[in-house]
Amino acid sequence: METIVFGLLNGVSYGLLLFMLSSGLTLIFSMMGVLNFAHASFYMLGAYFAFTITGSTSFWIALFIAPVLVGLVGALVERYGLRKVHANGHVAELLFTFGLAYLIEEVVKIVYGKTAVDYRVPDLLNFAAFEIYGATFPAYRIFVIFIAIAMLVGLWFLLKRTRAGLIIQAALTHPHMVGHLGHNVPFIFMTVFGIGCALAGLAGLMAGNIFVTDPAMAVQMGPIVFVVVVVGGIGSLEGAFLASLLIGLLQNFAVGINASFAEIFAFTGLSPTSEVGDITISSLAPVLPFLLLVLMLIFRPQGLMGEQEL
Amino acid sequence: MNFRKTAILAAATSVIAIGAASADTIKMAFIDPLSGPFGPSGEAAYTSFQLAAEHINANGGVNGDMIEVTGYDNKVNPKESLVQLQKAIDDGARYILQGNGSSVAAALIEAVNKHNARNPGEEILFFNYAAVTPAFTNELCSFWHFRFDAHADMKMAGITDWIAERDDIKSVYLIGQDYVFGQAVAAAAESQLAEKRPDIEIVGNELHPLGKVKDFTPYIQKIISSGADAVITGNWGADMQLLMKAAAESGSDVPYLTFYGGSKGAVSSLGEAGIGLLYQVSEVTTNLEASDEQYALIEEYKERFPDYDYYYHRAWNAMDMFVAAAEAAGSADPIPVAKALEGLTIEHAYGSATMRAEDHQIQQPLYISVVSDDVKYGVDNIDLGWKLVDAGTISMESAEQPTTCEMERPE
Amino acid sequence: MSDATQTFQNLAPSAGAKFRQRTLPILIFAACLAAIPMVGPSRTFYTIAHQMGINIVFALSYNMILGKGGLLSFGHAVYFGFGGYVAMHAMNWIEDGSGLWAGFPVFFLPLVGFAGGALAGAIIGWPSCRKAGTTFAMISLGVAELVFAAAFMFDSFFGGEQGISGDRMNGVELFGLSMGPISEVYWFIAFWTVVGLVGMWAFTRTPLGKLSEATRDNAQRVQFIGYNPQRVRYLVFIFAGGFAGLAGGMAAVNYEIFTPDAMSLVPSGFVLIMAYVGGITYFVGPIFGAILLTYMQSMLSDFTEAWLLYLGVLFIAIVMFAPRGIAGIVFGIWDGLRGSNPGQYIAGLLMKLAGILLMLIGLIVLVEVSVRWSNGYGEVYEPFGMHLGHQNVLSWLIIVVTAVAGVALTRYASKDKEAA
Repeated sequence: METIVFGLLNGVSYGLLLFMLSSGLTLIFSMMGVLNFAHASFYMLGAYFAFTITGSTSFWIALFIAPVLVGLVGALVERYGLRKVHANGHVAELLFTFGLAYLIEEVVKIVYGKTAVDYRVPDLLNFAAFEIYGATFPAYRIFVIFIAIAMLVGLWFLLKRTRAGLIIQAALTHPHMVGHLGHNVPFIFMTVFGIGCALAGLAGLMAGNIFVTDPAMAVQMGPIVFVVVVVGGIGSLEGAFLASLLIGLLQNFAVGINASFAEIFAFTGLSPTSEVGDITISSLAPVLPFLLLVLMLIFRPQGLMGEQEL
Repeated sequence: MNFRKTAILAAATSVIAIGAASADTIKMAFIDPLSGPFGPSGEAAYTSFQLAAEHINANGGVNGDMIEVTGYDNKVNPKESLVQLQKAIDDGARYILQGNGSSVAAALIEAVNKHNARNPGEEILFFNYAAVTPAFTNELCSFWHFRFDAHADMKMAGITDWIAERDDIKSVYLIGQDYVFGQAVAAAAESQLAEKRPDIEIVGNELHPLGKVKDFTPYIQKIISSGADAVITGNWGADMQLLMKAAAESGSDVPYLTFYGGSKGAVSSLGEAGIGLLYQVSEVTTNLEASDEQYALIEEYKERFPDYDYYYHRAWNAMDMFVAAAEAAGSADPIPVAKALEGLTIEHAYGSATMRAEDHQIQQPLYISVVSDDVKYGVDNIDLGWKLVDAGTISMESAEQPTTCEMERPE
Repeated sequence: MSDATQTFQNLAPSAGAKFRQRTLPILIFAACLAAIPMVGPSRTFYTIAHQMGINIVFALSYNMILGKGGLLSFGHAVYFGFGGYVAMHAMNWIEDGSGLWAGFPVFFLPLVGFAGGALAGAIIGWPSCRKAGTTFAMISLGVAELVFAAAFMFDSFFGGEQGISGDRMNGVELFGLSMGPISEVYWFIAFWTVVGLVGMWAFTRTPLGKLSEATRDNAQRVQFIGYNPQRVRYLVFIFAGGFAGLAGGMAAVNYEIFTPDAMSLVPSGFVLIMAYVGGITYFVGPIFGAILLTYMQSMLSDFTEAWLLYLGVLFIAIVMFAPRGIAGIVFGIWDGLRGSNPGQYIAGLLMKLAGILLMLIGLIVLVEVSVRWSNGYGEVYEPFGMHLGHQNVLSWLIIVVTAVAGVALTRYASKDKEAA
């Protein structure tokens, strides 16, 4: 019982954080096909910007300004970098974002120093919301859940219920057609890239104080965002949402299971002292998303909710 | 690093100008990460060795020779370390300093052994200041390798000695990284606890993949629901910081006994929540009683390198022992120095330390300390620092561990 | 109705041209390699040269699937690693002298590596080669993470964090090489670099190599002419894995240690960068990339701690301004010099170079001054005896003036060229 409750709570809160981080990439990846390896760097920028703004004003102001700043940086990168590179193909774009990730990390190091900065949860939210089975659940995590859901609703509204959203959606799948209809597709691309980066920045702002805000935080988030995007399916925010929750829950429940392969496959006569038999499910938890990625691509390449294959 | 080379050279030459004009340079190569995500951990040690060398040079050097410590960035990669090792040998370095990462240390020990076997007359020595896998001074021990840090089993002995005295601890949870080092820590904890306090129950023995876990909350909740009275972990780096953050956030209030709680950033990322929660075992903390001279040194270090704290006291131990050995041997050549180092005892700012001859493992007292706001020196530029706990001094004899080393010595 | 018979000019290269274009460059390359030990290079030189040789083979093998096959992989180091590990184990079997291995010379271990890499390619390639494009890329990413994680779980094969080590001075000696001193290993590396180079070049001339390029360009048409593109990809993938394994075997003998780090995403990304920076559209491109980036990786950190920043700038500059990589630049200059107006071309080129140099100076001063300012150790950047602190107006003046002048000059040079 405890395991289930804990697994659900943590799974949902971690999954939603993942969703905040990867929803932006879903938009970018679906529309532009860019394998943006610098996406996590924008996440890091969000945390650092929030740290600076929190220091001089307050967390609540940072909540609004930091993502916008990150979004602006993203839009500039698209306008003056990616757009030029686009003609040279996806590998060129990918390498551009590789270089960008190095660049952002080194610049952050020069500006903020090489070690972690002291970015704290705001005092207003720094208390235990409730206690179950002896463990407390921090109020800030509830706030994170709340923000993530608000973001999901906001994005959904923007994409499905506004004219701009309809154009973006159309451009996701049929950019040429949208161009022929007289819309400024490059501008749409820039806006979407900016919004995607802003969302990553928001995730950094929310996660930087739960985890650690240091120049290595982008590398640590690394490839997991691609897993969410691909598993969720191209062009599908709902898919990304489901995939994030799925991965969050999967990892958290797996941690709770102490069974080893030897116990599970006892019928095959697997010895508990052998190397295979010795592996426990909980020790596998962090690599499960990648297993999911590979299996999903082999058996269902369009992802959970995607309409097209990669 | 070129600019650093020149900086040290400048410092060294200015001293030379004052002192002996005929002085030679003893080159030491510091092979550790100096860029990338692990850069700060390498740089904190590098700066310590630099400052130690400067002080030695200012006091007349080693038999009149000056020490020059040069940084080689190995990016914590074993292969790259071997490349840098060759560069260092080319540059004339006969002493290698390294500490970050047991895989790198293992590669370097192998490489140094082979180099010395294949190039007689050009021997080099490896001073390991932080790679703590016990094997390096047991089955993998080498005449060419000296370790200036307590190894994992010794640190664990410190932790288990302290737990043995605490009757209120009845159950312990072990959590660590799933690789050789983490497994060795868990095994040592199990066997030592079984010996010292057979009544203690080990309620969990968790291994998680190295550097892959983003959110440790589920692990912490397992710990809480297991009802453990104390947690032992050998985690380092991000795994250490994230584990402690999750513990503080979930309201876990048992002692977390760590090997690397003192590493950069762990205390500041926890803040007040770390008080009474985060413990570490170490060979020294800056808040131990010491001479004014030592206090001045700690302050000088902080002033010179404001990003870092005086943490690597072993850098001074290693350098002081080197100087003592070289002066006893009357030569700075590796083989006489290595022979003089064997069994050498020095008095340092916090007591004495001995280099055991059988396995080249330093023997010294260990201290258990906890994060506190009632300290002389804070860390990470905040007011919190490490305070010795009650009965937290582990004598050299208690920390000493037997060795299986069978060393081959040059004649 | 016109007469359908036409006289076709014979487009096939003459025997002389064949020799000039195909055999000669390889002979020159081999001659250069043979000449290097005569100048009595230092240990550092040998070490870096060995790393370059390994990376040349590794990057070329990567280009078999990226440049020639059109498959973007994030997990090529997996095959390098498998090859290396198998070779490492074989080296230890040779040391044990058990059975067949007793008579196996260490010199031929890269062949074992080739087999190991090809086997891994055959197993992993089976599910992943069914799709091309992004699907393939993502599968390779997932597989790389899984294999890396598994490397820490199966200690008997991967040796855990400390890896597997061995001693190369065992077994049968070949060519009088004891393989001990670094100068003897040089011949081993040089030999296998040339073998790998020739092997992979020969591969591009085989029907399979040609089909691989066809599949990259248009898989559907390949299907129309009766070949199965999946199968073509799969076979190419196995060969690429094999040559990566060959490089792994070279690395195993050179370093005498193999650790799981060698299979992580980092070297996989690095080989992609080497190939792309060198130029994936040319066969020789990855060679340039491997040489440049190996040098940067091992030597640049001696000069500046911000070397990763320069690396980032290099990638961005390459993809933005020289998408065909270094090889593209080199051949572009070659063509320009042989063009209709070499004098004018050289003038434009020099102007551009001067502009780039100025920008570079601006960038370097900016980065170095900021890094020292940020460190706060009181160090000062002192190139050529100048004293460029962050409070010094001169530093900022140099940064702005050189950067602006550099941009203006390159722009002017490009415009001039367009006008001409």
